[in-house]
Amino acid sequence: MVTASSLVYLIGLPLFGAAFLLLIGRKADKWGHIFATAMSAGSFILGLLHFFEMSSRATEDRAITQTLFTWIEVGSFKVDAALLLDQLSICFVLLISGVGTLIHIYSISYMAHDENRRRFFAYLNLFIAAMLLLVLGNSYLNLYVGWEGVGLASYLLIGFWNKKPAYATASKKAFVMNRIGDMGLSFAIMIAFATMGTVLFEGVKESVDRVGTPTLTAIGIMLLIAATGKSAQFPLQAWLGDAMAGPTPVSALIHAATMVTAGVYLIVRSNFIFDAAPTAQLLVVIVGAITLIFGAIIGMAKDDIKKALAASTMSQIGYMIVGAGLGPAGYAFAIMHLLTHGFFKAGMFLGAGSVMHGMNDEVNMRKYGGLRKVMPITFVTFGLGYLAIIGVPPFAGFYSKDEIIATAFNSGGAQGIILGSVTLLGAVITAFYMTRVMVLTFTSKARWDEGVHPHESPVLMWLPMAILAIGSVTAGYLFTQGDALVSWLAPLFAKKEEYDELMPHSVVTVLAITAVIIGVTAALMKYQFKSVDAIAPSDVSLATRLARNDLGQDLFNEAIFMRPGQALTQGLVIVDEKVIDGAVHGIGSMAVGSGATLRRTQSGYVRSYAALILVGALVLLAAIWVVTQ
Amino acid sequence: MDPYNYLYLAALLFTIGAVGVVVRRNAIVVFMCIELMLNAGNLTLVTFSRINGDLNGQVVAFFTMVVAACEVVVGLAIIVAIYRSRRSASIDDASLLKR
Repeated sequence: MVTASSLVYLIGLPLFGAAFLLLIGRKADKWGHIFATAMSAGSFILGLLHFFEMSSRATEDRAITQTLFTWIEVGSFKVDAALLLDQLSICFVLLISGVGTLIHIYSISYMAHDENRRRFFAYLNLFIAAMLLLVLGNSYLNLYVGWEGVGLASYLLIGFWNKKPAYATASKKAFVMNRIGDMGLSFAIMIAFATMGTVLFEGVKESVDRVGTPTLTAIGIMLLIAATGKSAQFPLQAWLGDAMAGPTPVSALIHAATMVTAGVYLIVRSNFIFDAAPTAQLLVVIVGAITLIFGAIIGMAKDDIKKALAASTMSQIGYMIVGAGLGPAGYAFAIMHLLTHGFFKAGMFLGAGSVMHGMNDEVNMRKYGGLRKVMPITFVTFGLGYLAIIGVPPFAGFYSKDEIIATAFNSGGAQGIILGSVTLLGAVITAFYMTRVMVLTFTSKARWDEGVHPHESPVLMWLPMAILAIGSVTAGYLFTQGDALVSWLAPLFAKKEEYDELMPHSVVTVLAITAVIIGVTAALMKYQFKSVDAIAPSDVSLATRLARNDLGQDLFNEAIFMRPGQALTQGLVIVDEKVIDGAVHGIGSMAVGSGATLRRTQSGYVRSYAALILVGALVLLAAIWVVTQ
Repeated sequence: MDPYNYLYLAALLFTIGAVGVVVRRNAIVVFMCIELMLNAGNLTLVTFSRINGDLNGQVVAFFTMVVAACEVVVGLAIIVAIYRSRRSASIDDASLLKR
């Protein structure tokens, strides 16, 4: 059926779409969006074929590789541009191209009135291509190319409406913060090359035993920094909220379903490193746990629907990172949560876009309310995503989040109890803030501005939402049916250590459901059964104010990094002006000055020249006389 | 007669020429002083040639004379040209090179 030699077309189709649409220009305005959607869909169909082909093969020959060309060859160091499709990357390929295609379809309608729709679709295709390269690369260096590519696409798409300076700034912020993480990845690659002499996943895996734990810890920490940048994890999380400046389909695709989960992919892909470096692994868990609470707290206070969802994304990725940091027991669950999250969060973002579409691009949830009746399809699809994210059985999030909570509890000792409690607390808060979003938007009394006439979105918009909603309902069940996903991914990871179940699974399920009930009830009490102000109340507690300001993340970054950085650059400007320019100008004016002085000897009188020649000749004679004497 | 006396004479002539070049303003006089120095040099060459008993110095003296003759031709032509345009043979007036 399909062979390894067709792997390149997975990336090639959308890449061609992006290049073609950008080069051909305005001529393609009429049909560019359909072309781009077809490219993305082609990639998805090819991915599906590969998936069926792969599942028909025996477990040990499921991974296939296609070498495209020799990329770098210096001495003993050789890197091929090669693609690797294995059980892990196929999950991502299907998620990226599948959700990507749905979002392409959605955007056809959502961006219908934008004059730059063709450019938008070109960027979307570029993103799909880069993201596929990220997950298909067979070495850290190939992954790095895709990693930078998605960063670029993210930058272009966040700033797509860069006529507004704030949006342009948001895209710059995302780009700059991502650079910090990218630096971590490049350092990790450099350390791996210096100590192991290879950057292939396979080669690094084999070399793990050869190098010491400190090296592995260093690589692990660098990879973690990379993951925090791309996945908006603490301490590089501040860009995600502002990234919501981009068009909503972008938020759904890049900043919810796919790109921001690249960090999780990186950690899971590097499982052999983290398994051998417990310190780095512990740091991964800590980062995940902090972000999971951090994001959830911010989510509780945001009135902007997209920012609330962004905070929720941050928090859910925190769950995945925690899962990925729990070692062989957690990798598969991290991926499972990633996939289910891809469904329900993308669906909810599209729902938010649909709501904004009907409400004249209003994002403030306090101006919503009562949309259940006027936007029934959006309500139902969003609602299914909502049930999935808070973890109501039998929706997708219930399965994946439960597994992570259970694994966290069972990771042993005090760490297990702390982690379990944190993830459980996260579940309470998730239920609270998602219910808040749901109530404020759909079920509370209408608080619309005058002149707003909400209406249901066209079919091209609600169809992708409906498909994603079906995914949010069924994915969890499908993945856990007979441990399907876990056993599918198992060959990639080290064997799970047998451990005593400190906390039986059924107890965790009960706890998790209790957590959901607590969260939902609290939110209902506060928002459903009380009237909500259309203007955010200002006499609120310090904690709320802090959460509204993203827990001071921007203040912190400004105080610790931005202002000292500005002071440094200003200092450097002064050094440049005074010292370096001073030296250059000094040499110049010295030459001018000495010239002016010497010029006085050039009187123009022949007699004085003659006298000088005479004096010179006499001096010369005197010198010769002295020397020969 | 002691040939070294010619050297003293040459030194004297050269000094007179050099001082003349430096102190006199009239271009013709300066020119004559230059000739004086050249010929002082010639005298020295011839004298050494005599002292050392070979002809090299005399040969060089001939060259110097040829060069001096050429120089006189060119130099006088320049002086005449300047005199025609400015009605002055003072070399201090021709100080335009300053700017």
